[in-house]
Amino acid sequence: MITLKINGRALETDASPDTPLLWVLRDHLGMTGTKFGCGKSLCGACTVHVDGSATRSCVTPVENVVGKEIRTIEGLSKDRSHPVQQAWMELDVPQCGYCQSGQIMSATALLERNPNPTDADIDSAMAGNICRCGTYPRIRAAIHKAADLMKGAAK
Amino acid sequence: MSPLSNDLKLGRRDFLKGSLLASGGLLIGVTLTGCGKAAPVGPGGSPVAWLHIGGDNSITIIIDKSEMGQGVYTSLPMLIADELDVPLSMVKVEFAPADKAFINVFLGTMITGGSTSIREGWSKLRTAGATARAMLVGAAADAWKVDPTQIKVADGKLTGPSGQSATFGEMADAASKREAPKDAKPKDVKDLKLVGTATKRLDTPNKVDGTAEYGIDVKLPGLKYAALSQSPVLGGKVKSVDSTTAEKMPGVIKVVTTSSGVVIVADHYWQAHVARDALKISWDDGVNAHLSTASIRAGLANAKGAPLTARKDGIGAAGVKGGKKTVSATYELPMRAHATMEPMNCTADVRADGCDIYVGTQIQQIAQATAAAAAGMAPEKVGVHTTLLGGGFGRRLEVDFIPAAVEASKAIGAPVKLIWTREDDFTHDAYGPPAHNSATAALDASGNPSAVHLNVVGPSITARMFPPVVAKPGTVDPFMVEAAANYLYDVPNVQVDVLRHEIGINVGFLRSVSHQLNAFMVESFMDELAHSAAKDPFEYRRALLIKQPRAKRVLEEAAARSGWGKAPAGTHQGIAVMEGYGTYLAAVADISLVDGKAKIGKITCVVDCGQKVNPSIVESQIVSGMVFGLPQALWSEVTLEDGKVQQSNFDSYRVARMNDVPTLDVLLLDSTEAPGGIGEPSVAVVAPAIANAIFAATGKRVRDLPLAKSGLV
Ligand code: FES
Ligand code: FES
Repeated sequence: MITLKINGRALETDASPDTPLLWVLRDHLGMTGTKFGCGKSLCGACTVHVDGSATRSCVTPVENVVGKEIRTIEGLSKDRSHPVQQAWMELDVPQCGYCQSGQIMSATALLERNPNPTDADIDSAMAGNICRCGTYPRIRAAIHKAADLMKGAAK
Repeated sequence: MSPLSNDLKLGRRDFLKGSLLASGGLLIGVTLTGCGKAAPVGPGGSPVAWLHIGGDNSITIIIDKSEMGQGVYTSLPMLIADELDVPLSMVKVEFAPADKAFINVFLGTMITGGSTSIREGWSKLRTAGATARAMLVGAAADAWKVDPTQIKVADGKLTGPSGQSATFGEMADAASKREAPKDAKPKDVKDLKLVGTATKRLDTPNKVDGTAEYGIDVKLPGLKYAALSQSPVLGGKVKSVDSTTAEKMPGVIKVVTTSSGVVIVADHYWQAHVARDALKISWDDGVNAHLSTASIRAGLANAKGAPLTARKDGIGAAGVKGGKKTVSATYELPMRAHATMEPMNCTADVRADGCDIYVGTQIQQIAQATAAAAAGMAPEKVGVHTTLLGGGFGRRLEVDFIPAAVEASKAIGAPVKLIWTREDDFTHDAYGPPAHNSATAALDASGNPSAVHLNVVGPSITARMFPPVVAKPGTVDPFMVEAAANYLYDVPNVQVDVLRHEIGINVGFLRSVSHQLNAFMVESFMDELAHSAAKDPFEYRRALLIKQPRAKRVLEEAAARSGWGKAPAGTHQGIAVMEGYGTYLAAVADISLVDGKAKIGKITCVVDCGQKVNPSIVESQIVSGMVFGLPQALWSEVTLEDGKVQQSNFDSYRVARMNDVPTLDVLLLDSTEAPGGIGEPSVAVVAPAIANAIFAATGKRVRDLPLAKSGLV
């Protein structure tokens, strides 16, 4: 048995230690908000936070994250109140929506370490997250919006 | 539109179980089409909607239609809310239930071939709303013994002349007993309140918190997981399998040889995935063992046979011969992958008494028939549960990912979710077709074309997917001549020919279909003609669009907005215009050269898509199409060697990432024309606009996509 700290809770899994975190989340723990897109760290659909850093769960063996704080889309807020989710809704970012959990987790990690990202900062932080529906311009605008919301909340 | 009679509906009421019809109510069935979807004509292209008004005052649209990002789950309720004068929040959308009786209704009576035009969908849904409204008003008028014209409708309430009042719900049962009027008229467009506003999408909240359910997320009691090994050579078959090692691996339940390849079923997906690598399979490569991109291209270039003529104006191609000056060019287009973000997957539950499949599909009826064949059951025993689609782009019009899941579930007697890897997805797509297109023109003394001959050569998607459409000898495949047969320019002699040449592997519908292939030819060629005539490419086009006011308008607006002809030093512009899906659009690409390579700075796109149901969704779809068209212009190509696809993941098949996307400046023109499609046309104008800008910058004409092959990007 492996015990993981996910979204502030201790969860147990009998998955073998080399199973990618992605499949432990989706399959063993039923947390399907984190998506499978490429399996090779090329698309960002599976992005979660491990100790606050955006991490591709498809290439992260679960044994590597034992004892670390894992945060998934399900743990961002209980009620879509996280500023990044608010900004995403405000600007109606998603189309098919499949990539958006990963986009939101990457954007959140960016804003947590850089509350005032420039367009160039956004480009480099988000280049690993593919959206085949082409929502990039709205993602960019929503990240700026979320930055504003976070500043408003901090005041 | 003919709403189904209430009698038929009553007979079918058992299909809508649970809360929806528990309270009785009014149910109206409509055929429904359109809304910017990549749906072809033919079976499955014409889903059905049901509008239900419940005794509890609920308003529900039940649709057998897939939401793949195009916003249909928002636009459709908007149309209904406007007709019924209710707030949008009162209208709910439900997926069509998978109940057998429901599906029977479709199969037996509702599959129609024919157009998926927006105009039709737009009018049909609004007519459904108007029909329901008339029946509710009629019921209230009878109850209150007043004339129907004295009844007012607002906020989901009916009000009579002396203060009588009822909710829709209170009148729904009485309304359902009335004859459906044959002639209910939707409101005048100018009286619509929601339509035309940038209303928020109803599906957004579940897409920002991870709760939206796609096919890959389906959960069922006792669910097992599967991975599939398919022949690396397209079209190959399993010769023999040694699964001794794989079967002993942790969690593995069974190894099943299916019609699609070898399936490993395990307790968890990763176990199946790992065990797959331990299979020793010998494959029969079949006829494609030596197929390559080079042989496909040569085949298309040397294709023999008599082409069919899709259009002939004046004396057609014969006009080219007598010209003072002739220009000709050949354009080559590669195969491309769909690469939806959600890889193909299907969950199947085969039992002795029937089968259910849970799948993100664009084509429910064919999915059902396919699953039925795989399960060895009659189609009415198969329920199709449509989930959200993690991207469609035409890929989910295919059903190749369904049989293996069904066969595996049948073999183990438990529900199975079969998931393709990204590599499976890239190497076993139904690729966007290649083409070998040529154009010839004669120019008159003033440099204007007196004759244009377009010749399209490529494989037919329709012949495989919807054979009846092209069954009659001499029938032109409509999905090969888009953006060519509707040649916009004012030229006295025009001929558009098409020659079908199959390439040995499946090609499929890919967002914008042949618009992309043909717009690249037509709009690159217009630039070549303008250059031959020593005229400005914009002015040259404009003069030839005098009789096409909508095309002329988008062209002029795009030139004005992009500052055509006034670009700063170092910025070079290319222009393209097109009509597709009833939408007119023009694009201008601004590029600069960095170390001899094109850097795309901005693409301006001006669109006249007629009446806009939801401008925010329209804008997002136009942008989406441009972001889809960009990598296809620049980099995307599927190649084959020895029958095997060479690209396997996002490292070898390049798609657009955030840092690749230039400024996209979209202007939606106001228009009262019928709504045009918006999900696809913008894909097709990107490549010619960029290629024309590259010519402006370098004097080099690139006629072979993707542009990266020229070394200029
Ligand atoms: S699924 Fe992990 S990066 Fe694509
Ligand atoms: S919203 Fe569809 S892939 Fe991003």
